[in-house]
Amino acid sequence: MSLVERLDPRTRLLAALLFALAEVLVPSLAAQGVGLLLAVIAALVARLPVGATLRRLLSLEGFMLLVLVMLPFTVPGHPLFSLWDVQASEEGLRQAASIAIKANAVAVALFALVGSMEAPVLGRALTRLGVSGRFVHLFLFTTRYLSVLEDEYRRLRLAMRARAFRPTTGPHCWRSIGHLFGMLMVRSLERAERIDAAMRCRGFTGRFPSLDDESQAGPGRLDLGFGAASAAGLALVIAVGVAWT
Amino acid sequence: MAHIPDGVLSNPVLVAGGILAVAGVARGLRELEPVRVPKVAMLSAVMFVASLIHLPAGPASVHLLLNGMAGMVLGWAAFPALLAALLLQAVMFGFGGLLVLGVNTVNMALPAVLAGLLFRRLWRPDQPRRTALAAALCSGGAVLLTGLMVAGSLALSGREFEAAARLVVLTHLPVMAVEAVFASAAIGLLAKVKPEALA
Repeated sequence: MSLVERLDPRTRLLAALLFALAEVLVPSLAAQGVGLLLAVIAALVARLPVGATLRRLLSLEGFMLLVLVMLPFTVPGHPLFSLWDVQASEEGLRQAASIAIKANAVAVALFALVGSMEAPVLGRALTRLGVSGRFVHLFLFTTRYLSVLEDEYRRLRLAMRARAFRPTTGPHCWRSIGHLFGMLMVRSLERAERIDAAMRCRGFTGRFPSLDDESQAGPGRLDLGFGAASAAGLALVIAVGVAWT
Repeated sequence: MAHIPDGVLSNPVLVAGGILAVAGVARGLRELEPVRVPKVAMLSAVMFVASLIHLPAGPASVHLLLNGMAGMVLGWAAFPALLAALLLQAVMFGFGGLLVLGVNTVNMALPAVLAGLLFRRLWRPDQPRRTALAAALCSGGAVLLTGLMVAGSLALSGREFEAAARLVVLTHLPVMAVEAVFASAAIGLLAKVKPEALA
């Protein structure tokens, strides 16, 4: 078990939130770089698999690439080079770099601190941090039934394939998949009715009691240590930000 | 598509998005009695699964937003449901970010709620053609509005994003067409088999 996994989930959530705040609000490129470094260190401590993490970061870049590539040409400033008569500016390049660093740093920190958390653990931590019980209830239910519905979707797709359906461009395909999801909604609504009945049978009152609700322990030594370390890291980010503006 | 990552938008846009999202989620949660939670959770899981699949559209493939459909079946509960989905996507897949969660939620959920309200006015249970047309109109409109709102969030954050904002709207147009056909089939089926789900 990695060090991060032994922390109280609340510590992990708060650390991720504070990190995102500092990283996004600090104005200088150098400070944002220090932040990225901290996020990578957190990822190493959490023992994230390198390949899978990089793949996930690339999927984040997909949409952003457009925005980033266009920035040097749309921000006015000192000309750096020109491409087909369009001037690229140094300021634009800086801004693109800054956005790429910030987006990746927050994503890496989220993966390291929160991504490895089981959904029920995340939900309980959210409740204890004061998030509405109803919202957490909805969140937990959604994550619980995601895999069930994905299986059901696969089964229906298999049935379509058995009847020689192949996805092509055109209304026929879009409508067929639409019908599939209409059917999926019908089935899942019926499933929800059964779940509701079963829960009422067992005296559900709108709240999930949990075995460790009683032990509202304060932060342990590990949490305090991690809190101090991340506070020092964030202080460094802010100090670099103040010094280099 | 509609996931803006952290570090792009300006602070005023982030704050405004956060405030609107909190208000919308609060409204949605107030109407979400514990009895309705399994139903809403199940439907938002369906939307989540559907938004992961890619449909072929010409040389490329699009993946659907389905916020219009979420609004038609969930009403105001679309706000907390979409927030839950976005939170999950940010944490698990790295789509979107943490501080932009508010803006991303509003960009998805506000068009969803509007689509739901419009659909309820247009829908006649005894006229299947009209139902399918209304579903197509509402879901296509929701996608377009989301595209415009994402573009608006970018453009309000700085003049340098204006070109990117225009591109964002363009990329939403094929999604709009595919999703209109998709949703009219899905909602049409639901209206035929289980009309009480839409009432």
